[in-house]
Amino acid sequence: MQQNVLKAEKLNKYFHEPDTTQILHDISLSIQEGEFVSIMGKSGCGKSTLLYLLSTLDTAYEGIVIINGVTVTGLNENAMARFRNEHIGFVFQFHFLLPEFTALENVMLPALKLRKLEYQEVEQRAMEKLKQMDMHEHAHKLSGKLSGGQQQRVAIARALINDPKIIMADEPTGNLDSANTTIIFNIFNQLAQEGNTIIAVTHDHDFARKSNRILEMADGRIKT
Amino acid sequence: MKLPVNFKIMKVHLLSRKRQTIVAMLGVTFGIGMFILMMSFMKGMNDFFEGIMLSVTPDIRIYNDYKTDYASSVTKQFFGEKQNNWIIVRHPRPKQINLNLKNASGIIEDLRKLNEVHVVSPLVSAQILFNYGPVQLGASLDGVDIREEDRLFGLTDKMASGRPENLLTAGNGILLGYKLANKLNVTTGDMVTATAPSGARLRFRVVGTYKFGIATMDEYKAYVSITSMQQLLGKSRDYITDIRLKLKDMNEAAALAPDLSRKYGYKAEDWETVNASVKAGNLIRDTFTYVLSFTLLLIAGFGIYNIMNMVIIGKMKDIAILKAEGFARKDIVQIFLSQSLIIGLIGAMAGLLLGFLLSYALSKVPWPEDEWIIIKHFPVNFDTSYYVVGMIFGLLTTGLAGLLPALKASRVDPVTILRG
Repeated sequence: MQQNVLKAEKLNKYFHEPDTTQILHDISLSIQEGEFVSIMGKSGCGKSTLLYLLSTLDTAYEGIVIINGVTVTGLNENAMARFRNEHIGFVFQFHFLLPEFTALENVMLPALKLRKLEYQEVEQRAMEKLKQMDMHEHAHKLSGKLSGGQQQRVAIARALINDPKIIMADEPTGNLDSANTTIIFNIFNQLAQEGNTIIAVTHDHDFARKSNRILEMADGRIKT
Repeated sequence: MKLPVNFKIMKVHLLSRKRQTIVAMLGVTFGIGMFILMMSFMKGMNDFFEGIMLSVTPDIRIYNDYKTDYASSVTKQFFGEKQNNWIIVRHPRPKQINLNLKNASGIIEDLRKLNEVHVVSPLVSAQILFNYGPVQLGASLDGVDIREEDRLFGLTDKMASGRPENLLTAGNGILLGYKLANKLNVTTGDMVTATAPSGARLRFRVVGTYKFGIATMDEYKAYVSITSMQQLLGKSRDYITDIRLKLKDMNEAAALAPDLSRKYGYKAEDWETVNASVKAGNLIRDTFTYVLSFTLLLIAGFGIYNIMNMVIIGKMKDIAILKAEGFARKDIVQIFLSQSLIIGLIGAMAGLLLGFLLSYALSKVPWPEDEWIIIKHFPVNFDTSYYVVGMIFGLLTTGLAGLLPALKASRVDPVTILRG
């Protein structure tokens, strides 16, 4: 019997500007541990919005989100930040590293924030994660000096540093050329095989085909 | 380096835009530096004026102030206690007035027993004229117990020639202000003639000259012994017009003076009342300096506010990432507020150093030659309390200037930025 890592009940989301429009309609879903789920759909169907609701970054919604047995809906700001730090790893469409820091430091920051490990251990772990992404040779370069594909690999290493319960990715290959897309593909494949729980929003059918389950969205609803 | 992660981020942020950081720091540095310089100089000025003032003002002066209200004495004398008539006397004038203190020796002895009192110096004073050929020079001639007077005003340190004690040994000796001596064209050993208001004349031998650095003392004042003065005025040996006191703590003067006045029935003035204008001048200078310095720091504060605001606008993406990584609002505030505070701290410390160097340099600048005020260099006071105030000012303004942008940064909504 596999455990539900994430459970969402009746999520409704409205945008109020310029007019009040409903983006998500009564979305309920549950994701099990080790599952690799792709969310697909046309632009504007609400798939990214859904991801940000599930990720706890967006708190203005109706419904309940339960992650790892904790009801994150309604948690206070500090507890939410702490929860996100410990249990959720992010990969964005536009790599989003801190440009003044080295690749290694970028990977280390979430772990330093968590403060479960000593500095040396964090550094060692970060190095391992970079090695896993085949980025260890660039560890001490400023992240602003890396190419797009390299930055995305560093970002994935960063998402993994705290051994999160869920990895959330918002179009991780959306901004990359085909060569880099293949590399990132393979990394996600490998992560899935290692038993990580992954939720990825994507346009890419090849990418989605590798996942265990595809959630098709249209007009704020999940197609069944 | 194993700084907490928020401070590590702060450090990287500050170092990655060195020029901006240094410009912001310089703003604080100049603000604080000028504050220190101005406070030190103003305080030096105040001290200098106060010193001059105190060098010629006793802590308390007891004297017989003549009264202009004779109404009760007239009515009582001519009409008895009960009166049914209006009596109007215009411009009453006394027939005879004695400005001396009755039972002066008793009062002096009594005062010497008081704990608070350090020095008691009796005085017989009158306006007299010195003859220099056909020219007559007016001056205030003070008959004093020169040893007490020395303890009161530190005459010994101010002698240009001779010693105060010479008054005791020479019969009819006189100490002149150096300017008065110059005008009379006399030096130590020469004779001068003093004419009292009554017309009585007495010849004195100059036994010393002094230099206070204040025109009223150096040009219009001379000292003789009490007995000489009593002789010149044709008064008896218990004729004393003023008693001047030096207290162990001069700040008690204002409180003690009214008590003494009530006790002896004569007017008692404390130094603060006499020199109220000097005090007011000090207050005005202090206020002015604080206002100006505060303005300087405010400008530095606006500079920091501007820079931090721009930094935060440029760092929106970074803030969003940090939030997504699990940094809470208070972490974001800490990261950006600490940047302002570090700018403030280092800027203020450099400012204190700058202020000290500038004030030190100023204290070595010669004062323009002036025959009224005796002072060699610009007066500067190196009071450490201004350095403490400067530091607190610096941290407070930079803290406030950094707080608003930091709070703004903490309110950044990561979703809107991460979605592009």
